[in-house]
Amino acid sequence: MAITYGSKRLSVGAHYGLRDWLVQRLTAIVMALFTIVLLIQVIATKGPIGYETWAGIFASQWMKSITFATLVALIWHAWVGVRNVWMDYIKPDGLRLVFYLVTIFWLVACAGWGVQVLWRL
Amino acid sequence: MSETTKKRPEFRNINAFADLPSYRWPLAALVSGMHRISGLLLFILLPFIVWMLDTSVTSEISFARFTSIFSEGAGFLPGWFIKLVTLGLIWAYLHHFIAGIRHVYFDISHQTTKDRGRRTAAVTMILAFGLTAILGAKLFGLY
Repeated sequence: MAITYGSKRLSVGAHYGLRDWLVQRLTAIVMALFTIVLLIQVIATKGPIGYETWAGIFASQWMKSITFATLVALIWHAWVGVRNVWMDYIKPDGLRLVFYLVTIFWLVACAGWGVQVLWRL
Repeated sequence: MSETTKKRPEFRNINAFADLPSYRWPLAALVSGMHRISGLLLFILLPFIVWMLDTSVTSEISFARFTSIFSEGAGFLPGWFIKLVTLGLIWAYLHHFIAGIRHVYFDISHQTTKDRGRRTAAVTMILAFGLTAILGAKLFGLY
């Protein structure tokens, strides 16, 4: 177990091993299930998909809610994954911190946009 | 140590440009590397994905705009380029999805052998590229 206090504490890296591992899999399963639910509705449509059908899929309250849950799963999943990539390749601490902040900004901004799209529908 | 033992190269802090090309890339390593690249690609293109959701569901007019960028392009970007980016997205999604299932499968089955790693890696590659080809043909209007 890593020491998280005192002068010998480990102050580098993530060290959230099990939690991140589990989060990565659970959020992936949420996104996979969403993909299947969406795919079923697309395949169940007869003929070419026009605006009415496509927007109709996302218009129901339950679909909005699970799309939102998927969006949250997505940005959490992307945060764990992308942070790992930055930890591997971006060695200067200051620069890595900048990458972390930009990543969080990028994900939160996209999620906010997604929420806006869903709830004005 | 016997004289016949060949001295193997030792890697410490690897340099991506100097060392990576000299690495052996077995199939499983290639799938792993591509999992990372596809994830990063999806992350970078996330605003484009949200933009597609936005324009495709917001109104009849925006839906028409959504479909038109694939033929007429958007701004200075030609339509074929947007189709190419979308093809990249399709591959990235499929590869990331299938390689992810492979991971979960290993976690659940509690066993991995070198051979199974290689075989499932091959299945991942073939499925991802195969489905990308099928959907890509549709995207570029081959059927």
